Amino acid sequence: MKTSVTLPQSHNKPTAGSRKRKRIEAGMGYFFTGPMLLGVLVFTLIPMIFSFMLSFTKWSFVTGFDKIRWSGLDNFRQLFQDEVFLKSLGNNFIMLLAVPVGMAIALILGVIITSHVYAPGAFKVIYFMPQISSVVAVAVVWQVLFHPSYGPVNGFLSALGVDNPPKWLADPTYALPSVMLLMIWIDLGVSLIIYIAGIKNIPADLYEAATIDGASKFAQFRSITFPLLTPTTFFLLVTGIIGNFKSFALVKVLTDGGPANSTSVVVYDMYQTAFVDLQTGYASSMVMILFVIVLAITGLQWLGQRYWVNY
Amino acid sequence: MALLGIVFLLPFIWMLSASLKPEADVFKYPIEWIPQTWRAAFNYHSVWFGKANFTLYYWNSIKVTALTTLLSVAVSSMAAYGFTKIRFPGRNALFVVVLATYMIPAEATLVPLFIIFRSTGLYDTHLGLILLGGFSVLGTFLLRQFFASLSNEYIESAQIDGAGHIRIFLSILFPLVRPAIATYAILRFIWTWNDFQTPLVFLNSKTLYTLQLGMNAFADRNGAFYSLIMAASVSAIVPLLVVFILGQKQVIEGISLGGVKG
Repeated sequence: MKTSVTLPQSHNKPTAGSRKRKRIEAGMGYFFTGPMLLGVLVFTLIPMIFSFMLSFTKWSFVTGFDKIRWSGLDNFRQLFQDEVFLKSLGNNFIMLLAVPVGMAIALILGVIITSHVYAPGAFKVIYFMPQISSVVAVAVVWQVLFHPSYGPVNGFLSALGVDNPPKWLADPTYALPSVMLLMIWIDLGVSLIIYIAGIKNIPADLYEAATIDGASKFAQFRSITFPLLTPTTFFLLVTGIIGNFKSFALVKVLTDGGPANSTSVVVYDMYQTAFVDLQTGYASSMVMILFVIVLAITGLQWLGQRYWVNY
Repeated sequence: MALLGIVFLLPFIWMLSASLKPEADVFKYPIEWIPQTWRAAFNYHSVWFGKANFTLYYWNSIKVTALTTLLSVAVSSMAAYGFTKIRFPGRNALFVVVLATYMIPAEATLVPLFIIFRSTGLYDTHLGLILLGGFSVLGTFLLRQFFASLSNEYIESAQIDGAGHIRIFLSILFPLVRPAIATYAILRFIWTWNDFQTPLVFLNSKTLYTLQLGMNAFADRNGAFYSLIMAASVSAIVPLLVVFILGQKQVIEGISLGGVKG
């Protein structure tokens, strides 16, 4: 708070009155921030510490607290021989490809929408619809659209003369790419809106100057739009990758990790292990690996940003 | 561009169209975009008033979403005010702690929270869901920026008039940040309405199911009745679209500002 002439106690010697005032002020501070701090403590910090401890145990919550057995690093050793977990982790990394692809499409669309304005508002709503719609409903619709024998997607492909259209979600080879396609479709709206906001912040005189110099549209994009958007790109990349690692609902509803674990991801594997197989300790160690990976990726990106992000 | 937009919307158009026709016509090829035989009334009636209990799921979702949004707005705006407008010992350190917890993925705390909820009786209650959603940190960040941008002179002059922080917060600052509050409230509404993971883990009783769980169970049970599933999907999406179209400007602003879901 600014010191002000009207609050003399802030620059006079502390008196009994000003001390009391300070105490009240501090009390109000804790009163206002208290509920959120309590929430953070109870719903995030304590569970996180709990999770960390559980990751070193062999335990199933159904057996009661007295059955917790310390097992050191056993869980982690086991994880690196666990085929389902390794497959899930690998899938997570493959899925990351959906992030830059989606961003590239969003950037191109963003440039088109902002420079050739027909009805930017309507387009924002259209591209935002998959994001706003419930994941469950959207996943169910795509299950039907991708149906191998009578889904409309394959109906269309057969009509085009494709003899053996892919079985999409039912085929281990195509299932993961299909899920990634849906991820791009769902998240495009967010990247698009953030890119549009970024593009609007670029000063118009840069383009005017470039046009006078005879720079082509593509040259303008390459040397003005893209470099000036690198902070936006950075932001989308960081949040996109974190979000991608946490994708659960789509996988759960769309494929249940199948066929043959081809679409399983770490969070899905963790959910199955904890709440279906009831291996609480083992699931907690999966969570720890996920957490470390997310932290490491975020950290690396922060370190790497100065090589390519212009502020 | 317009063409791409239509391609983007096709799944939704197909969904709507399939929800209006008899089962036998759903997979006719070429697709009948406008149904030749209408069965809309029957389809929607069986979803809403059949065995599926959609009305109950809707009510549960409305209840959980509304209360979560209210709680979250209250907790977050109070914290945002406290962290920007009141000086108290440890303020910055505490804010850094809150900021740091934002990096912890919610998934990392699911298992311990499940155990804590089971032992405190919050498991399988709507109260548990509301508390979990109500104490999310993102709102504090979004609102903090707005509170920080308000001049301290408002507070100082109110203090001269003898107003305490509670009065200043409720009657001076709260109205000033109303647009920001609306933005956050709409986002929180959409996220809570759409949340599948939290209810899936923390609810067990079918009578407590939110719409997302109900929708999923409905789709599993009616695996072969695609027209009904599509009618259910349309029903699940409509409230979100209404909220989005009404609060479009706010949603877009909020997303551009906060960026991520949480």
